Amino acid sequence: MANSQDLAQLIAAHAGKEGALLPILHDVQHAFGCVDGEAEAAIAKALNLSRAEVHGVVSFYHDFTPAADLRPHIELCRAEACKARGVEALVDAAQVAAGERVKLKTVYCLGLCSVGPAARMGDALYARLDQAALVALVEQA
Amino acid sequence: MKRVARISDDALSIACGAEAVAQAFEAAGCTVERVSSWGMHWLEPLVEIDGIGYGPAMPADVPAMLDGTSAKCIGKISDHPFIAGQQRLTFARAGKTRPLSLEDYATTGGWAGLNRARSLEPAQVVAEVLQSGLRGRGGAGFPAGVKWKTVAKAAGARKYIVCNADEGDSGTFADRMLMEGDPFQLIEGMAIAAYAVGAQRGYIYVRSEYPHAIAKLNAAIELAAGIIAPLRLEVRMGAGAYVCGEETSLLNSIEGKRGEVRAKPPLPALQGLFGCPTVVNNVLTLAAVPHILTEGGASLYDSLGVDRSKGTMPIQLAGNIKHGGLYEIAFGITLNELIYEIGGGTASGRPVKAVQVGGPLGAYIPPDQFDLRFAYEDYAQADALIGHAGIVVFDESADMGHMARFAMEFCAAESCGKCTPCRIGSTRGVELIDRIRAGGRGVDAVEVLPQMHNARKTRRSTEDDIALLEDLCETMKFGSLCALGGFTPYPVLSALKHWPEDFRP
Repeated sequence: MANSQDLAQLIAAHAGKEGALLPILHDVQHAFGCVDGEAEAAIAKALNLSRAEVHGVVSFYHDFTPAADLRPHIELCRAEACKARGVEALVDAAQVAAGERVKLKTVYCLGLCSVGPAARMGDALYARLDQAALVALVEQA
Repeated sequence: MKRVARISDDALSIACGAEAVAQAFEAAGCTVERVSSWGMHWLEPLVEIDGIGYGPAMPADVPAMLDGTSAKCIGKISDHPFIAGQQRLTFARAGKTRPLSLEDYATTGGWAGLNRARSLEPAQVVAEVLQSGLRGRGGAGFPAGVKWKTVAKAAGARKYIVCNADEGDSGTFADRMLMEGDPFQLIEGMAIAAYAVGAQRGYIYVRSEYPHAIAKLNAAIELAAGIIAPLRLEVRMGAGAYVCGEETSLLNSIEGKRGEVRAKPPLPALQGLFGCPTVVNNVLTLAAVPHILTEGGASLYDSLGVDRSKGTMPIQLAGNIKHGGLYEIAFGITLNELIYEIGGGTASGRPVKAVQVGGPLGAYIPPDQFDLRFAYEDYAQADALIGHAGIVVFDESADMGHMARFAMEFCAAESCGKCTPCRIGSTRGVELIDRIRAGGRGVDAVEVLPQMHNARKTRRSTEDDIALLEDLCETMKFGSLCALGGFTPYPVLSALKHWPEDFRP
């Protein structure tokens, strides 16, 4: 996992910021794919917090994960507006296509509520998905 | 001279394929200008050539659009009924300017509000916002001027402006469109607020689901840094917690803590970020301010709308609707007009069954109440709320029992865990709705034990279970710390009231 020198650099980049914890956690999650115990300890030490405080924050937010998952991630919106546009009928086929190879994650709202069903892979956004388009997206992930 | 094709670089347009269309125009030898979105989402990607619109455009349509023979022509965009019928103040620049062009911003009236505000005393600025009748656009509808006045009068060397851009409600995208399409207007609004209350620093808290908006804001803040000085702004990214749209948990999150709700009082206006007096306003509230501060802007704002709902509201038409998008208009419009005349009915062509106004915590409204006026008080009287003015349309295939269950499930998933009615009530709510929909359950083995003095010994009827669900909703409504637990009963009870048949097994 985290190269301790890289980790120290990520932490130092936010030194002196008010409320630096979340920006640091985002950078660590982005760089290493997770915020594990080792990272929590290093961050806690640098910010003069207890490990419990840092762990409490890490475990509160959906964006931070304790272990890296190297599979491709597709986030499928299943909130009200996408439900109204029929996303629920696509879920089973997408899940079958994803199998164990792709991580199909539910999110609540990508802000594309007038052109759903919508999905996101990394920073790429997809709208007006039907079953064929979503399955193709999953298969090519 | 090269022809100019104007295409939006809004995230929604990109999701609908705007990049490929832009590349096809460049390959055809045109200059492509990336502008903000007009807000006619069913036509995205929308291309504008010499004022004439074409949409939804595909790369293959490029030759026909260039010689004007495309069947996707919608005529002059500004004359389109969807645009011509609006009263755009906050979204006046939508579709017209390049989001990160300081030049475009200045030539369309940008910074006029800030410049005029700086020529006034701070107290006068607050007075004008009070006079305009502007109320918080995030959902609660609290008068912005009153909040500013409290912060201005609060003692403290350090004060903050915080912009709540954690737009987590399904069916809402106006904040995102504004941050991506007209970021300088939000920055100008924050600069005016900072001047009015004496704040030196500002934070914009944006949800992590909006990477495009974050990138635009960061770029815009850098470009405008000299203009808004001495105010310093910074974007902070959320981390996937819906509850952080609640102002006190948002403040905790910026401070680097768990996004748990704080009990009020103390009000954030007096003890907010890092314990200092803090203005927390929604994106649309702050973005409305530059217009209000222009000459005569406050009285114009006050003259629009109805009763105590003043000015315009950027309404978001979403879900199963034919013509979805952004529709800014003065308060007072009815759902009938919005859904049938403007929105063209459902996208699926089937009859409308319900609309949810105000996000996941808003009530479901049946078609026989579509004459309801769009105003804070009118909605409150009908046991509904405007929230962030997102309208999600459902056709007759919707299962309202399932939607009620989803409201509870969503609350359980997103509860911060601080107060019991929300944390536990939501989970019990899911179980209870499942039980009602499954036809109830018998008495279990533990309940019949003689030691269980208070447990019921006979089978509960569906009526008993529904009464229990209503009781639970009552407890959540009045016992929760914030709107998440407090308003989840709205979608549940409205679905139960108007579509009881969807709760039968």
